Amino acid sequence: MPIKLPSFRARRDTYPPDLWTKCPQCSDMLFNKQLEKADRVCPTCGHHFRLSAVARLDMLLDPGTFRERDAGLQSVDPLGFVDTKPYPDRVTTAQAQTGLRDAAIRGSGSIDGQPVSICVMDFGFMGGSMGAVVGEKVARAAEDAVADRVPLVVVSASGGARMQEGTLALMQLAKTCAVLERVRVARVPYISVMSDPTTGGVFASYAVLGDVNLAEPNALIGFAGARVAAGTIAQELPPGFQRSEFLFEHGFIDRVVHRRELRTEIAALLRFMPAPEVTAEQPVQLSFNPIGAFLSSVAGVGGAAGGNGGNGGNGGDRG
Amino acid sequence: MATVVDRLLGRPGETRAKVEGVRAGSADPKAEVWRRVQLARNLARPRTLDLLAEMADEVIELHGDRGFGDDPAMVAGFARIDGHRVAFVGQQKGADTDENIRRNFGMPHPEGYRKSMRVMELAERFGLPIVTFVDVPGAHPGPESEERGIAEAIARSIGMMSRLRTPIVAVITGEGGSGGALAIAVGDVVLALENAVYSVISPEGCAAILWRTAEEAPTAALAMKMSAQDQLELGVIDRIVAEPGEGAHADPRETARRLRTAIIAELDRLEELPPDELVEARYRRYRALGPYTEVATPEVSPPPSRTIADRLRDLLDPTRWSMGMPSPGSSRRDEPQAHEEV
Repeated sequence: MPIKLPSFRARRDTYPPDLWTKCPQCSDMLFNKQLEKADRVCPTCGHHFRLSAVARLDMLLDPGTFRERDAGLQSVDPLGFVDTKPYPDRVTTAQAQTGLRDAAIRGSGSIDGQPVSICVMDFGFMGGSMGAVVGEKVARAAEDAVADRVPLVVVSASGGARMQEGTLALMQLAKTCAVLERVRVARVPYISVMSDPTTGGVFASYAVLGDVNLAEPNALIGFAGARVAAGTIAQELPPGFQRSEFLFEHGFIDRVVHRRELRTEIAALLRFMPAPEVTAEQPVQLSFNPIGAFLSSVAGVGGAAGGNGGNGGNGGDRG
Repeated sequence: MATVVDRLLGRPGETRAKVEGVRAGSADPKAEVWRRVQLARNLARPRTLDLLAEMADEVIELHGDRGFGDDPAMVAGFARIDGHRVAFVGQQKGADTDENIRRNFGMPHPEGYRKSMRVMELAERFGLPIVTFVDVPGAHPGPESEERGIAEAIARSIGMMSRLRTPIVAVITGEGGSGGALAIAVGDVVLALENAVYSVISPEGCAAILWRTAEEAPTAALAMKMSAQDQLELGVIDRIVAEPGEGAHADPRETARRLRTAIIAELDRLEELPPDELVEARYRRYRALGPYTEVATPEVSPPPSRTIADRLRDLLDPTRWSMGMPSPGSSRRDEPQAHEEV
């Protein structure tokens, strides 16, 4: 069944028609246009509003550098899941509301001149929940990072695994963690940015595994939702439980970064963590990936041949 | 079609026959899956150490994560099963209320997962295959767990298991509850006892979120296809081990005997494979899980910037002419309810 979508161009004017937004923290009324200009951070109290994936890319990347990849990945309904509504209907509704095909966008771009492979999530699409499409996009972003020797940046905003895809959504934890092990072996840097909220299966997989973990101020970050925790163990929760600062205090986040500083901070970090350069002698590759190995061996042969014919560039390891 | 898939995946035919038998035998699928959830949670169901005591000739338990403490909800150590020296890890529920309180109802804290990682790393270093026993409602939720990094422990454990250069046989023996289960269930082969269940969230939690009442838990259990039979069809598990009579609780000894046979068969098979091949096959198993489709889209779409035309459209859009103060919280893009998930 082909699904008709109004438009895949994410447009801010598809968002609410009102002109004012009330800050949930300081209760100030904010003029939407000014809020957008301030990257959706309350100018009075610094409350960070949630950001759509498109706005996030706009904010982080150098203008005009983003090239989307795998825009066509689309969720299927492996379980035939129906709660109060069939799962495919929920997806269609979310697509119409957000102009996105699923809860993540991935591609390549550059941050302050440094090329990156980036994947950003959008909480507006079914609570940013991770099904097979989100897992696949994160995995492919990581694979591209290894193949192109560029840093990986993932910006999370998610309630966790997508229940409607059952254990297949749970398996995305395994898929993404497994790929990240290979990113680590390839010595490709990975920066994880957690925005409000980053919980459940997303936090317990790729979001927490960054070489450097950054978080926006006061973002809800945790494994089990506060309601679950309070319900299961009937225990008083400490103040600020599962907020960025709580996790920072307990050592799971390197830096809590204001949205305004995020871009420069990532750029500065990446200058300390260069991805290994592409060389003919030591191709960094996804170990045990037959297709990847084949491709890099072809590339390696080509590179070595070129080196022999041209200069003494690969004489280093012989000498 | 189903039999072709089975043949391709090398699954034994009798499993399929059994699946269909179970299907045909149950009139109400919701009651049937809920019966299995209850069986998986049965207090008398044999736990990890009970199963090991029956199937192994020698068991040496190891304790402590070397950083914080020893988690009684997770057990780990060495065992000798029919000449195979293996490392084992598994959650351990209690047989009665007292033991359950001591063992935290089989819900490990981060130190539990760090203990199991420590033992699995030992296994890799000394060339021992790993057998894991999964029986967990979910990792412990709560402040101590979050403070010590339950999410980090789970993610590290999953990542580590995906690359260990030694055979891993994972067995879902009871409840396979979400990330707390998967953290020790990444294997070359995943077995499940017949009445075991596996899910992304507890049926009660799923019902509370999607149906707004925990009473719909049986409906949620059915919708999530959490029975072992359904998980086999989804490809999340590879093989079902039949339980005797009324279920594992009725005859723990026979259950352990059957499980022992299945585990030994898998160990014999996996130990033949070179480590490179083993790790690559395991990686591919998880890399491929989760179906999606790909539809045609415009090649490249840089983020659109607002043009003068967009602004004009805004001006002309009557829905934007709400000049007065809006009702608080009316902007729907802002702060929707974060939904909860375990």
